[in-house]
Amino acid sequence: MTGTPSSQTPIIELSQVTKIYGHGDGEVRALRGIDLRIDAGEFIAVMGPSGSGKSTCMNVLGCLDTPSGGTYKFLGVPVGNMNPDQRALLRRTYLGFVFQGFNLLSRTTALENVELPLVYRHVPKEERHALAREALQEVGLGGREHHVPSQLSGGQQQRVAIARAIVTKPQVLFADEPTGNLDTATSVEIMKLLTGLNEQRGITIAMVTHESDIAAWTRRIVRFRDGRIESDQVNEPVREL
Amino acid sequence: MFGNAIVLALREIRRNVLRSTLTILGIVIGVGAVITMVTIGEGATAQVQADIQKLGSNLLQVFRGQGFGGGGGARQSAPPFSMADVEAIKNEISGVRTAAPTIGTGSQAIYGNSNWATQVQGTDDQYISVRDWPLATGRNFSESELRAGAAVCILGATVQRELFGGQDPLGSSIRLGKLSCQVIGTLSAKGQSGFGQDQDDLVVVPLRTMQRRMVGNSDVSSIMVSARDGVSTEKVQADIESLMRERRKIRPGADPDFNVRDLKEISSAMTQTTRVLTTLLAAVAAVSLLVGGVGIMNIMLVSVTERTREIGTRLAVGAMARDVLLQFLIEAVTLATFGGIIGIVLGLSAGALAAHAFNVPFVLNVGIVMLSFAFSAAVGIVFGYFPARRAARLDPIEALRHE
Repeated sequence: MTGTPSSQTPIIELSQVTKIYGHGDGEVRALRGIDLRIDAGEFIAVMGPSGSGKSTCMNVLGCLDTPSGGTYKFLGVPVGNMNPDQRALLRRTYLGFVFQGFNLLSRTTALENVELPLVYRHVPKEERHALAREALQEVGLGGREHHVPSQLSGGQQQRVAIARAIVTKPQVLFADEPTGNLDTATSVEIMKLLTGLNEQRGITIAMVTHESDIAAWTRRIVRFRDGRIESDQVNEPVREL
Repeated sequence: MFGNAIVLALREIRRNVLRSTLTILGIVIGVGAVITMVTIGEGATAQVQADIQKLGSNLLQVFRGQGFGGGGGARQSAPPFSMADVEAIKNEISGVRTAAPTIGTGSQAIYGNSNWATQVQGTDDQYISVRDWPLATGRNFSESELRAGAAVCILGATVQRELFGGQDPLGSSIRLGKLSCQVIGTLSAKGQSGFGQDQDDLVVVPLRTMQRRMVGNSDVSSIMVSARDGVSTEKVQADIESLMRERRKIRPGADPDFNVRDLKEISSAMTQTTRVLTTLLAAVAAVSLLVGGVGIMNIMLVSVTERTREIGTRLAVGAMARDVLLQFLIEAVTLATFGGIIGIVLGLSAGALAAHAFNVPFVLNVGIVMLSFAFSAAVGIVFGYFPARRAARLDPIEALRHE
């Protein structure tokens, strides 16, 4: 049932992770004991109906949230009980994020948006520019460095967001419904881009989606239901729609 | 990080010029008002202090009558002074450097076609010494001229200018009413007094000349006394009071029919009043600085709410709470100091204009400029902290989900 097992240290290892919101009668058990292992180089889709716990799980994986119980090891290090600053440091160093709504800073050029994580890493200006340009080239937006989000199409905005996520050369890229706001043709382009990043650059990608034709692009599909993992299957990725 | 935060803050301010302008308006007005008030106040104080110098240092005046300026009736009814009183003050009080009698009367001064209404002062050769008022040209009255009541005069700078223009008046004769007298000297310009009078608008003649030929009696209406350096004027004032009480035979406990005025005292009282007024006005102006601070806080809170998603994004890509705190704090401080700088420029301009209009010197108080700047920055920190903390404490998940 598990994906591609490996002898090396997994990037992500969850064991019996739970997440409970609220207290007493209002208690919501969003995660009810999750065991999940993600190895380097995987491209995994997380699926499930809303309320299934997939978003909560991704927030925990992305170190945006902390589990209520169980252990979460990132590169073999328990990170479940880290404080907000430590988690920020972890995100800054190892993780990249792509959101459904792109979340680019408005009235800010593509180049500056891509530079944002580097700013918090205290990368010197010249190097920052060079890295950001490189990342924009990689997502196919060379020459659009000085466009602001409102001058770019949705697909282009998501490419900027992807460039922002990969500019720090993260260990894992978390994508939360990355094609949710895009039409089919643009979605395909974005999925091709992500597939390329996964296969050519070896970036590990964990993506939440509720569209099975989007999940079909990945090599492993994990389905959530009622706070538990319902299934975890290897997938033969499609190459074209 | 700091430089970056400032760049970010400036970009944020540029992104919303109108709002930023309105936000800092309170600070601009507050700082501007404080600077203007202080500048004008300092100018007025400097003016008053300069007047103390102009009046002559350690100057006391003995008047007939009671109280300041004396009720007209009381002054008229009180017996006049005499030269003997002047001599007594000079000789019997150790703290007195010198003293001069004075009688004043208004008169028309005429030279050729020029005609000028002025004040004529009858006094003796000690006058210029008492008033600490050097001659510009010519000489003082001689012993014999004083004794004989000679028809000679010394001109104040204004009278000289009005009657002679650029000409040398020495040796010329002018008419004061019916009296024709020769100009033997001119006084250096002294300028306006603290009471707004032109002190140079006068002609000085020997006491006896005035008594015999202009007023027709031998009265001395007031005595000007100069205290020695290092002697307290309060002591000299008290000594003159007791001497004059004795000479004028006033019973102990009874009200005197004369008045000894310490001009320095009046001047310092005026200085004090100006200072208090300046402080008060500046304090009122400072309140608007606080109001300005509240304005900044309000806008920063709105800004935090508006930019919740942005904050979420920043947190997701690795900003720590303190990075976000610093960003918003620096934004508030940048806004506030911007307002402070504009306020300082406006305040100094307004102060300079007002100083020009009120005819007081323009005094640049570097201390208050620095203080205003520091204060506006402090307003930014204090009122920016709360919104910044709110931004820094946002939960990244909530913030990312915010619409």
